Amino acid sequence: MLEIKNLHVSIEGVQILKGISLKINKGEVHAVMGPNGSGKSTLAKVLAGDPAYTVTKGEVLFEGNNLLKMEPEMRAREGIFLAFQYPVEIPGVSNTYFLKAALNEVRVAKGLPELDAMEFLELFNKKLKQVEMDQTLAHRSVNESFSGGEKKRNEILQMTVLEPRLAILDETDSGLDIDALKIVAAGVNQLRSPDRSMMVVTHYQRLLNYIVPDFVHVLLEGRIVKSGSKDLALQLEREGYDGVKDSLASAKS
Amino acid sequence: MNKPDSFIQQEYKYGFVTPMEVDTLPKGLSEDVIRLISQKKNEPSFMLEWRLKAYRHWLTMKEPSWSHVHYPKIDYQDIIYYSAPKKKPKLNSLEEVDKELLTTFEKLGIPLEEQKRLAGVAVDAVFDSVSVATTFKEQLSKAGVIFCSFSEAVQNHPDLIQKYLGSVVPYTDNFYAALNAAVFSDGSFCYIPKGVRCPMELSTYFRINAAETGQFERTLIVAEEGSYVSYLEGCSAPLRDTNQLHAAVVELVAQEKASIKYSTVQNWYSGDKEGKGGIYNFVTKRGKCVGRNSKITWTQVETGSAITWKYPSVILIGDDSVGEFYSVALCNNYQQADTGTKMIHVGKNTRSTIISKGISARHGNNTYRGLVKVLPKAQNARNYTQCDSLLLGSDCAANTFPYIEVQNNSSKVGHEASTSKISDEQLFYCKQRGISSENAVNMIVNGFCKEVFRNLPMEFAVEASKLLGVSLEGSVG
Repeated sequence: MLEIKNLHVSIEGVQILKGISLKINKGEVHAVMGPNGSGKSTLAKVLAGDPAYTVTKGEVLFEGNNLLKMEPEMRAREGIFLAFQYPVEIPGVSNTYFLKAALNEVRVAKGLPELDAMEFLELFNKKLKQVEMDQTLAHRSVNESFSGGEKKRNEILQMTVLEPRLAILDETDSGLDIDALKIVAAGVNQLRSPDRSMMVVTHYQRLLNYIVPDFVHVLLEGRIVKSGSKDLALQLEREGYDGVKDSLASAKS
Repeated sequence: MNKPDSFIQQEYKYGFVTPMEVDTLPKGLSEDVIRLISQKKNEPSFMLEWRLKAYRHWLTMKEPSWSHVHYPKIDYQDIIYYSAPKKKPKLNSLEEVDKELLTTFEKLGIPLEEQKRLAGVAVDAVFDSVSVATTFKEQLSKAGVIFCSFSEAVQNHPDLIQKYLGSVVPYTDNFYAALNAAVFSDGSFCYIPKGVRCPMELSTYFRINAAETGQFERTLIVAEEGSYVSYLEGCSAPLRDTNQLHAAVVELVAQEKASIKYSTVQNWYSGDKEGKGGIYNFVTKRGKCVGRNSKITWTQVETGSAITWKYPSVILIGDDSVGEFYSVALCNNYQQADTGTKMIHVGKNTRSTIISKGISARHGNNTYRGLVKVLPKAQNARNYTQCDSLLLGSDCAANTFPYIEVQNNSSKVGHEASTSKISDEQLFYCKQRGISSENAVNMIVNGFCKEVFRNLPMEFAVEASKLLGVSLEGSVG
């Protein structure tokens, strides 16, 4: 589904990713872990097409197509969804209006008919229950005066409605208390399917207790330094990122 | 990735170019010209006297230059001050109409039959605009509402005209108001008798009955005790006019417990991409809340004209009266707008609300200028002002000049202002959800204007929102 080959990325002249290679097959859930500044959020945003970053080298194939050539909205319509670490506020635009516009653009791209307001609301209310969110959310402006937890849950709600093929979760656990974390994780788990892949970017192992990954990758200074099964996350939990650094250093010497 | 300025361009879709008819006075202004205008319109002597007084006063005035707009000096002797009603060229079907114009109508969601009327197509028997208009007229007169052209009102209701003409905007008020008073050709008159709730939005009538917009228009609306009227001026369909200077005057009078809602959608030709051409829209609009508990609401959506210079204002004389001003002004390309309001609190417990939303794109220059004045006897007066500016791109500008004068201790005046940009983060967020840049900008701008749009009559709110989209739309890709 997704194949990243030797990806180099910089922002404002500073090299962040220094040769990432990663393959995600259909139905797999990959966790990308790393300390602050390791480049894991950069990886998530570059895959979604954030124009702030420049790809200096490497390629990314999505279903065999050159992803890096596609505008962000094209990537979204092809089924890539990024749950933002810091979802932005759009004052005056209601949550339902926004999501309906998004869903209809995605549907049109797929050759499906647009949903009218009634059809959309029916779907929206169903999904709202699925992620245990409040009805009033429908009428509020996108992310405006949402609490941190509400913003994250709103991302999951959008994901549930848009049903992407590849979901990228960028530190979706940050700023969530344990109850909110459980709800978010349950929402994500409901979306797991043999046809849908996920990339879960996180600093902490905690989230992975609820969203159990098939593979774990450790990102350090712009490179994947270690890959393994879900046990790697537990090892990180025990030893910390310094532990991984030390073992790498001793392996080199 | 498109930055905001790459898609804020939308060519003006042609309006109507109308050939001049023969019954036209030579260029220039003099007492003789004014006498001729008055004579051609068969006006009673009080009108001629009033026009002449205005003209003589105008001669003593200087053209004001304090606004934050720039334009070449206007030669007032180079303007034709009277020409007979113009005729539109008649076309046989919509197929003969310019394609781009039709596309715009489509985007604005204007019904097919109305498209024909706006584009000057001969209307077929299925939709007889004359009979529809007559039905409306009957409905109105049954309710006792007088709604007619200013000229008709001068002939049929001279007493009302004499009583109210210039009672809100005297000819001495300002340079353009004086000029308008001297030479105005026509306009609308509306009178709502005591206790009557006008049975329809007066917009509906207008949209059926194509009212030609004159260069010097004059509108007078009088709402008697306990009456209500909602009046809509303009149209979201683009209008081209051969006259560059437009200096209209609008006067509103609200008696005790009367309420007037005056909404404007203005989309005159704004000039080309380089800033050539376009209408100068210098308008004086003022309402007087004469009676207790009366209310005047101005709502405006200004997307057209090269220069917009106007301050729809309310003088709050009656105790407990309310003035409201809701405005969206869009400046794209080289458009300039210096607009805002004046709320003059005279009576006790008077309240006013000002919500102004300015949008600047490309080289657009948008200025909010507002005065809130609370006189000594206006005990417990309240004002709330909110001025928000939205910038698209980096070559445009937004200015805010709020003037506040409070002359007593019991009043409260609040002012909030903000300036924001459509951020790259917002755009990326929308695009990441599959929304195109164009639709994203549209959505963000409409969200920004929401508080104003919800004060427009329903069907117009929808059109105004589409109009903003069309005005900002451009070449994406």
